[in-house]
Amino acid sequence: MTQMALVIDINKCVGCHACATNCKSWNTGGQFGPLTDNNPYGKDPDGVWFNRVQTYEVGKFPNTEVVYFPKSCMHCKNPPCVEVCPTSASYKREEDGIVLVNYNDCIGCKYCSWACPYGCREYDDFEGVMKKCTLCVDRIYNENLPEDERKPACVLACPSNARAFGDIDDPKSKAAEWISEGMGYKVLPEAGTDPSNHYLPKRKVKVTIDKDMLAARKHTAVAMGHREAPESEVTSEDVAQP
Amino acid sequence: MSDAIIEKDGHRLAPGEDIKYTTCYMCACRCGIKITMQDGKIRYIQGNPDHPTNQGVICAKGSSGIMKQFSPGRITKPLLRKQGAERGQADFEEISWERAMDILVARLKKIRSTDPKKLAFFTGRDQMQALTSYWAKQFGTPNFAAHGGFCSVNMATGMIYSIGGSSWEFGGVDYERSKYMFLLGVAEDHDSNPLKMGITKMRAHGGKLVVINPVRSGYGAVADEWMPVKPGTDGALIMGMIHVLMKNGLYDKEFLTSTTNAAYLIEMDKGGEREGLPYLLEERDMQQTQNTVWDLKSGSVQEAHQENIDPSLFGVYKGKDGKTLTTGFQLLYDRVMAEYSPQQVEKICGIPAERIETVALEAGTMARDEIITLPIEWTDVWGREHKTVTGKPVSVHAMRGLAAHSNGFQTIRSLSVFMMLLGIIDRPGGFRYKAPFPKPIPPCPKPINSPDMIKPNTPLPNPELGFPSNPDHLMVDGQGNPMRIDKAFSWEFPLTAHGMMQNVITNAHNKDPYAIDTLIIFMANMAWNSTMNTGGVMDMLTAKDDDGGYKIPFMVVSDAFFSEQVAYGDLILPDTTYLERHDVISLLDRPISDYDHPADAIRQPILEPKGECRPFQQTLIDLANALGLQGFCDDNGKPLFKTYHEFIVGWESAPGSGVGFLAGWRGKDGNKHMVGEPNPNQWEAYLKNKSFFEIELEESIQYNRNINQGYLNWAQSRKLIRLNDPIVMHFYSEVLQRFRLAAKGQREGRQPATEAQKQRILKYFDPVPFWYEPIERMQLDGKKYPFFAITQRPMPMYHSWDSQNAWLRQILGQNFLYMNGDKGQELGLNDMDWAWVESPTGKIRVQVKFSEAVQPDTVWTWNGIGKMSGAWNLDPEADEARKAFLLNHCITEEIADEFSGKQVSNSDPISGQAAWYDLRVKIYKADGTGSWPQFHTLKPLAHMEGRKKILRYEFMRRNGK
Repeated sequence: MTQMALVIDINKCVGCHACATNCKSWNTGGQFGPLTDNNPYGKDPDGVWFNRVQTYEVGKFPNTEVVYFPKSCMHCKNPPCVEVCPTSASYKREEDGIVLVNYNDCIGCKYCSWACPYGCREYDDFEGVMKKCTLCVDRIYNENLPEDERKPACVLACPSNARAFGDIDDPKSKAAEWISEGMGYKVLPEAGTDPSNHYLPKRKVKVTIDKDMLAARKHTAVAMGHREAPESEVTSEDVAQP
Repeated sequence: MSDAIIEKDGHRLAPGEDIKYTTCYMCACRCGIKITMQDGKIRYIQGNPDHPTNQGVICAKGSSGIMKQFSPGRITKPLLRKQGAERGQADFEEISWERAMDILVARLKKIRSTDPKKLAFFTGRDQMQALTSYWAKQFGTPNFAAHGGFCSVNMATGMIYSIGGSSWEFGGVDYERSKYMFLLGVAEDHDSNPLKMGITKMRAHGGKLVVINPVRSGYGAVADEWMPVKPGTDGALIMGMIHVLMKNGLYDKEFLTSTTNAAYLIEMDKGGEREGLPYLLEERDMQQTQNTVWDLKSGSVQEAHQENIDPSLFGVYKGKDGKTLTTGFQLLYDRVMAEYSPQQVEKICGIPAERIETVALEAGTMARDEIITLPIEWTDVWGREHKTVTGKPVSVHAMRGLAAHSNGFQTIRSLSVFMMLLGIIDRPGGFRYKAPFPKPIPPCPKPINSPDMIKPNTPLPNPELGFPSNPDHLMVDGQGNPMRIDKAFSWEFPLTAHGMMQNVITNAHNKDPYAIDTLIIFMANMAWNSTMNTGGVMDMLTAKDDDGGYKIPFMVVSDAFFSEQVAYGDLILPDTTYLERHDVISLLDRPISDYDHPADAIRQPILEPKGECRPFQQTLIDLANALGLQGFCDDNGKPLFKTYHEFIVGWESAPGSGVGFLAGWRGKDGNKHMVGEPNPNQWEAYLKNKSFFEIELEESIQYNRNINQGYLNWAQSRKLIRLNDPIVMHFYSEVLQRFRLAAKGQREGRQPATEAQKQRILKYFDPVPFWYEPIERMQLDGKKYPFFAITQRPMPMYHSWDSQNAWLRQILGQNFLYMNGDKGQELGLNDMDWAWVESPTGKIRVQVKFSEAVQPDTVWTWNGIGKMSGAWNLDPEADEARKAFLLNHCITEEIADEFSGKQVSNSDPISGQAAWYDLRVKIYKADGTGSWPQFHTLKPLAHMEGRKKILRYEFMRRNGK
């Protein structure tokens, strides 16, 4: 099987929202656009976004972690949105596992958004249809684009290199490699959706100091001319203070 | 289809499609962007994969560039305040460009022919100071500056006066090789993409990121260690780390003695003109340096930097002439041992002593033990040949959190010294310079320094801004009074290399030091979020004299959008966006160079200017031509350049200099780089190269550039620097000591005029770094105002003008006051309550959000989210107007000078950096909701497009649905 998906490294994400707005920039003009914005200059602006970044604080000061969690359709292997769709507008593609919505068939009943445990469906009020991340299906196979740019806009944009894209069922893919080498995990596995997008957890670098080596250097420093200024000698204060 | 497929850079273009390259301007980082055009409209903006700055990636702002074009707040016609209408009401009549220029030219002609300093010209984040400062100089007014004074000039001056380069445009971290990185006072900003890319790179090879910041956000989220320092105490923390390095011998003696003045002998005897200055050898005939060191081998004073000597860092010595001598290193050692142990420092900054010690030891041992050796041969300025370049994998990046305090200069001096001790400057793994830096310490340009240099109808002989190296370079008159309206380069604020834009309106209103006639503001919001004491400043802009005229008689504002500043203008000149004009990102200004590549770039017009918008650069050219300014016109006053485009390509810094705005493809045939006569086809060469130029430095001149003979020769021949002398770093600041000597009356030349000025200089101009309590805080009762209050800009909006951007404002349309939950509860507050925040000078109502990611004595918020109702043509009831707030109302722009009691700018006493983050506040529960203060609602201008209810930015669906 082929299952295209995103792998997002929480250990790298700094919450800049580049993935969200570049997604918007590509997709609003793309095959699955536009990404309608309601009240763009008013109170409570509210638009369609295929990708949103959430912020969480974990722990109590000073042991606080801040986690940025970019979230888009997980392209589940067992997608509840497809199951509940009364018109089969929501469907999962056999060839690459991408979950899409056929806008022509969508009646805007919103069953799918109720069914999605991740809240990754985006209703376009203006058109009355449900929209969502397409994994930039109009980029990734698009032969009009340079080969190395045939990836989702979020991946192309991410300044922190926190996103990989590929076939997670192909162990040779970058996405699969990230999952296996970075302890990739699925969000809400208990929902039984078998999400295809994966996340990589935070990791911390620790540095160890060799105390013995410190003592050795101190000794060397003295040999190199390090000495304490005796009390009687002039000190900085005589010069440095008025 | 019979149309042949057109290929461009790997794209197969559909009919009506095109690919263009230009430089982003959604913030200050100057990334390269690649734009897909469809039928003349922007279809998609992405990073330019070939661009040195962002290498294909792009940020949230850059990706939202399209929406800039759709802002309903776009001003597209020249406007004149209606007769009888008050400033601030935005009641304008639409006028023609011809009339606008007639009005302005007549006014400027009169000013220039009588008293040129009556024109004050201040610009925001303009990225074209090469042009704007030149224009002001040729006009003949000293009153020019850009936004540096209220942004991060401490970072620039603190480092440039210490190491000859600075974060971020003129130096940065070698992310490829660094394995231990300190990030101080930076959470979400400068510099945007390079920092994000770099942090990932550095951590990918196992590097540790230590974030020192009161707030954990942005980059802090991926920190391996977060040190929640109290605002304004970073300097103490750094001095504590210096203590640990010095105590444990974890400093790089080779680096200190070869590239810094740490071991230079300094005269210690009291009195006289040499006190605290280097002890010089007199008999020897040396061309460049006569500095001395104590040679441990021979036990005698020797000329510094000789081969076969062993300079001592420590000690107090007697010269042959009986003079008492010591070293800068010893002076700092004494100070940190006496005053800055980790235990002492903990009490100031709030970081446990043990952690300060651990972190310093980690960095120190790594710098000592993990030497990077590159097989690169190079020759130093003393003629010694080196087989290798060595470095350490430890690095530092810092920005506004350190800078925007009244102790920022000395804090950043201490940071520079910390870097010198580790030996991590312009070496692999550490901090690397970016061209045109390194430059001499301080750089050569000096500001004009005498009132008789300002003459009617005459260009200034020197720039309006520069780098004083002694008091004689100050911009004061015979009585010691400031010559500039912002009082930059005065005795109160001597090393104000970026000017003090934050003072202009207050001083102009107070007619102190003198009255001005016209104030031109470009691309800055001094009536709102870029000023302290916002309400007060708005009042000053509308304040009138007894004769009924405004105290600031004429305000010209150039902006592309309906900002609050525009409402307070008399004459409004509609500017273009970055997608509609010619620009340069020049080596004469703030280029895009990386460590190994001097580089510059252009911005090309992608779209036609909207309505009657005209690029402000073109307006400056038109004004210069109408005024007959030299440099823009020939000796007969005939214009040399009709357009800014022609100016970019044709102008030279001096006739025949070969130096122009752009360094690439110079020379008649376009085959010369850096220096060469103008090339009429230069612009096209840039377009062909995707709108940028870079040249790689040969390997042998990539490192140790401050003392690398090959590099210095190269840089001199390419006119990046005037002299090829070694740039020895100022571990000990001789420049500061010269000011002190003047204050002590021990120096020939200018001396402070008042006792208070003397005391101020004596206290702050310490040649050895130290930490002091920020000035405003010294003056108020900490118990009464228990919280530090700071701001930062969010990543999706940092350095942008895009609160009205349809996409970005959905990400952040309301700011909260973030505070520790326990502290909030102690005050009887609940999460999301409304509260009053009060400082001694201002009061605001805000919505509180509890956070565990902030140092508990600190509260913080996003800056610049709050807008005046109706401004930017947002709905008057938008969250930005009714819920969001500015902390600025609580920040005073003036404080009492501690020595004279007179009001002075709330700024760093050395550099003039606005002390935004010195604020302390008290917080208590509010009655009512909604942000306060509220002002009147601005009505949309007649010519502006209406606010769309629904925005659907779309293109023909190529594959159909």
